[in-house]
Amino acid sequence: MFLSYLEFGTDLKGADEDMSKEEDGEDERKRQHLLEAISALGGKRRKTLRERSEAAVQMSEFMVNAEDESERVELSDLIQIIEKTSTVPAKTKKQLNNLQRSKKTIECPLSKQESERIRRDVAFQKAATDISRWKSIISQNQRAEQLVFPLNQEPSGPKPMERVVTGWKAQTPLEQEIFALLSANKQPINDPILTPTEQASVRAMSLEDAKVHRAELQKARALQSYYEAQARREKKIKSKKFHKVQNKAKRKEFLKQFDEMVKTDPAAALEELNKMEVARMQERMSLKHQNSGKWAKSKAIMAKYNEGARKAMQQQLELNKHLSQKLVTSLNDDEEEEEVGDPELLPDFVNDAEQEMDSSNPWMRGRLSQDPTEEEENGDTVGLTTEQSGGVEYIAEEEEKVEETEDNVILREFDSRRKLRQALETDTAAEMSVDEEEEEESKAAAEDGDASDKEEEGLSEFTNLFHEIVEGQSRVEGAGDAGRADTSTQLEAGVIRIRTLRDVELLTQDSSATDKLHGEFPKPLSTENLPSTTQKAGKSRKRKKKIQLKEVLTKETKVMKVLLAPTVEASEELEEKLDQRGLIKEAFAGDDVISEFLKDKRKRENVGTSKILDLTLPGWGEWGGTGLKPSRSKRRRFRVKNAPPPPRKDQHLPSVIISEKRNSFVSLHQVNSLPFPFENHTQFESTICSPLGRTWNTEQTVKKITKPKVVTRLGTIIEPMAQEELVKDPHISSQDLQVVLQVLPWKRLTAK
Amino acid sequence: MKVKVLSRNPDDYVRETKLDIQRVPRNYDPSLHPFEVSREYTRALNATKLERVFAKPFLASLDGHRDGVNCMAKHTKSLSTLLSGSCDGEVKMWNLTKHECVRTLQAHEGFVRGMVVRYCGTSFFTVGDDKTIKQWKMEAPGYGEAEEPLNTILGKTVFTGLDHHQKEAVFATCGQQVDIWDEQRSSPIRSFTWGVDSFSSVRFNPVETELLASCASDRSIVLYDMRESAPLKKVIMTMRSNTLCWNPMEAYHFTCANEDYNLYTYDMRNLDRPFMVHMDHVSAVLDVDYSPTGREFVSASFDKTIRIFQNDGGHSREVYHTKRMQHVICVKWSADNKYILSGSDEMNIRLWKANAAEKLGVLAPREKQAINYNQKLKEKFQHHPQVRRIAHHRHLPKNIYHQTKELRIMKEARKRKERNVRKHSRPGTVSVVSEKEKHVVTVVK
Repeated sequence: MFLSYLEFGTDLKGADEDMSKEEDGEDERKRQHLLEAISALGGKRRKTLRERSEAAVQMSEFMVNAEDESERVELSDLIQIIEKTSTVPAKTKKQLNNLQRSKKTIECPLSKQESERIRRDVAFQKAATDISRWKSIISQNQRAEQLVFPLNQEPSGPKPMERVVTGWKAQTPLEQEIFALLSANKQPINDPILTPTEQASVRAMSLEDAKVHRAELQKARALQSYYEAQARREKKIKSKKFHKVQNKAKRKEFLKQFDEMVKTDPAAALEELNKMEVARMQERMSLKHQNSGKWAKSKAIMAKYNEGARKAMQQQLELNKHLSQKLVTSLNDDEEEEEVGDPELLPDFVNDAEQEMDSSNPWMRGRLSQDPTEEEENGDTVGLTTEQSGGVEYIAEEEEKVEETEDNVILREFDSRRKLRQALETDTAAEMSVDEEEEEESKAAAEDGDASDKEEEGLSEFTNLFHEIVEGQSRVEGAGDAGRADTSTQLEAGVIRIRTLRDVELLTQDSSATDKLHGEFPKPLSTENLPSTTQKAGKSRKRKKKIQLKEVLTKETKVMKVLLAPTVEASEELEEKLDQRGLIKEAFAGDDVISEFLKDKRKRENVGTSKILDLTLPGWGEWGGTGLKPSRSKRRRFRVKNAPPPPRKDQHLPSVIISEKRNSFVSLHQVNSLPFPFENHTQFESTICSPLGRTWNTEQTVKKITKPKVVTRLGTIIEPMAQEELVKDPHISSQDLQVVLQVLPWKRLTAK
Repeated sequence: MKVKVLSRNPDDYVRETKLDIQRVPRNYDPSLHPFEVSREYTRALNATKLERVFAKPFLASLDGHRDGVNCMAKHTKSLSTLLSGSCDGEVKMWNLTKHECVRTLQAHEGFVRGMVVRYCGTSFFTVGDDKTIKQWKMEAPGYGEAEEPLNTILGKTVFTGLDHHQKEAVFATCGQQVDIWDEQRSSPIRSFTWGVDSFSSVRFNPVETELLASCASDRSIVLYDMRESAPLKKVIMTMRSNTLCWNPMEAYHFTCANEDYNLYTYDMRNLDRPFMVHMDHVSAVLDVDYSPTGREFVSASFDKTIRIFQNDGGHSREVYHTKRMQHVICVKWSADNKYILSGSDEMNIRLWKANAAEKLGVLAPREKQAINYNQKLKEKFQHHPQVRRIAHHRHLPKNIYHQTKELRIMKEARKRKERNVRKHSRPGTVSVVSEKEKHVVTVVK
């Protein structure tokens, strides 16, 4: 490039020279003088190019002189020297010769700015690719769950022996002496396992022997490990049945062996027998198979509900008995002992059935209307009463039932739920159903008073509620029913099913109760005919605030035949429970929670319902004043009926009020727009819903969840990321790694 | 009669050895622990409140300089040592644990413009307005010895900045050009110029140690490789950058403190647009320093405040100010990631906590657990309005508060105008320019 530039420059100069030569032909000397004079006049001096005399750092190509054509520097002139010198390789000479022969002009070199820009660009590209090596490690760190600074920490804990030993040198004279001795006697210094002599002796053992020995050892080891594994496996099996069977098999085998032993070796058999005796004694002492174990306790609890558990307990007790018998006398006294039966061994589930039926609790007895299943029966009983009293209408009753459903459904649901719970509590559902039938009747008897009766305070809330509701209903439908009442008298007949005498008695009361139930009907015949009975019933109700179950019960409760006597504690507990309930009932006798709730709900429902709005402005468009009413057409026009509100969410939920109003207090604490990193609200909700605390998570999880993102150690300097980090990075490619290793010595800087 | 007593199986509650942790049987059935969200929310709210209660970041003020503090340097090997140079040419060495000055030396005539500690920590360099570079020993001179520099280099022009190589005996200065010096030579081994301008700061990349960047007065940031003879690239912004700082953990990221109240984080490979614009200051930003973890940086501003930014967050997470602190000229983040040091106009150096509510000193394991848990809770509920409101609330001096408001209004007005212009011109003629692109004028190759 330099050469071509030179040539180019000299060419230009040569053209100038040619021009001047033509003029020179006329009068060289004169002209020279003239020129000199002129130049002297103008003070301008022709710029003379400086001659290069010494080596300088900054050399310009413009310094090279070529004053005449003869002095023009040609490539050949420069090359001539090269040909003479022997140090220049032949290849270069050849290249230069080729260059000399070719007549092509070389392109004009780039300007300095341009070339610098290219150079910068290249350098930048190089630096950028160089620095991109860090990309993986940086993104990895950004994504890391936890970063511990400083990054290049030495692992704590003990270092391996070799590393410590290699770094250590004997320094004191004593140490040196010891080491000299050790090395002289060929004792191991670093790894004291075998001395050279020992190693030699090991090596001396014949190969075959060693092989056989090793094979034996291997086999033994394999067998051992196999048995161990098997034993472990069997031990781990959780199935109780399996172990039972296994134990049984073992026992059988043992017995077989024992029988054989009796024949072959009586002395040993005797010994075995003694052993068995001792084992039995031990068993007896330990009272192992009684009901004190964890399993037995759990079974005792389960036994209330589960036939299988009960059986298992029985078996267990039998086993206990069997084991605690004396072997020798067992044949004689077996039965006696059985009969004696240890009262201590009784499980706790005895006779719960009766106690759980808290018949004295009106809460438990309360039932507002019949279950669909019992309706039929009830209907029957009502029919009976009507027959007896001769006045009450069966159909009216039926229709009433149909119409009162909407509220009763709610109440029945309460009732049924409660019952369900009760059923769970008690183990004798069957018995309960029997009782309930009676209760129903007794309750009906209790209900025969007026709604306004003050005595009803003593009654349960449920009955209260029932009264209110019924009253309300009957008020609405009063007229319609009255009409029907007459016709219903004809339908007196019903399927009569009287079970006991007491039943009949109760039913008469019941009939009066049903009469009263229908409140403001034209008084049915029954009440007229039998005023005394109703009054009596009213009085009896006073007495029967608490209904005596024994009086009511017609059937005897099925008492479960359990072979064991009742324990004291259980019954005590239950009594306590009852007391507690009674207390609560007493305390809250006054407030009728459920009806309040229903009222509240009704009120809320009514608030939303559509109302007719009268928007007429009196006097607008016509005369107004006192005594003048806006015209009818106008009123009709401006009467606006609001659209009914959308159905409430709690429409079908009897025991719930769902408020659909936005609570401003709550909204203060709520996020109202989806935050940035989340893409949908379910994502966000799920993160919010997963708790972090140790109340909800195990210790390990909490530790894992609450790991801080950045951990720094107190008082340690955190150095910038070092090049070694790159080497550690597993994601880096091998090619990059080579580059890193090249860079690592930090010696690439050229010091000029 | 049977007496009922409590009997428990010791296996259920007795630990096997004394060293075991106590057995606390727990039932994790979720039905037994209801309302987890609301309970945790309450906890998070309380944690946030407590954080604000305990946020007392100011620790100490180191006074002793007789003129404004112009530059500071962290010791590379000792956490408790700090060097500071003032506008009257005095350099002071501080013991941070005792809050006292341990050594004072008159280094230059006029300002001490730059200061840097050698990587080994045995000596440090200063440059000043008197056109000299001086190397000083870290140890104080013995009794009777005169306080003299190890080495003095006389330059032709004033030096305005200085930085030392991470591993080698090479340092860089800037003034009218950027020079790379070998410690053993009295003339620079390399000089970089690119146009006629003066440079305000030069910084070595701490990770890719051969790279440098400098801020020039022609509003540009120039990148260099000290192995090359020419600079690499230059980005010209709308306003001048005062200083810049490389991220010590992310090799290709650097942040520059600009005169236009913002800080810009660039990816070195892509200078066309900054990687992130950090806004919040209400006056020129004078200095910036990264935390050693590379996750955050601190900036000092002419508006008399220090702000802490996340390296990927557009707005500051913290602002520190005191009534007496004037224009903050230099700021440093300590090498253990715990403290921030700020030097300001009114001759004081202030020591702050990097986390305002952090408890200093050794923490008991349970304390640590509680702190971690609370931190996670705050993170989890950070989007809830009450939590955010409390966590983000800061007290600001009146003028800064009003200025912030004013700036916001101005910005909105500008945006509105732009929007209107776009609305009333032919579609496509007025393009939307993002905030990041707005501040870059050109990239010169």
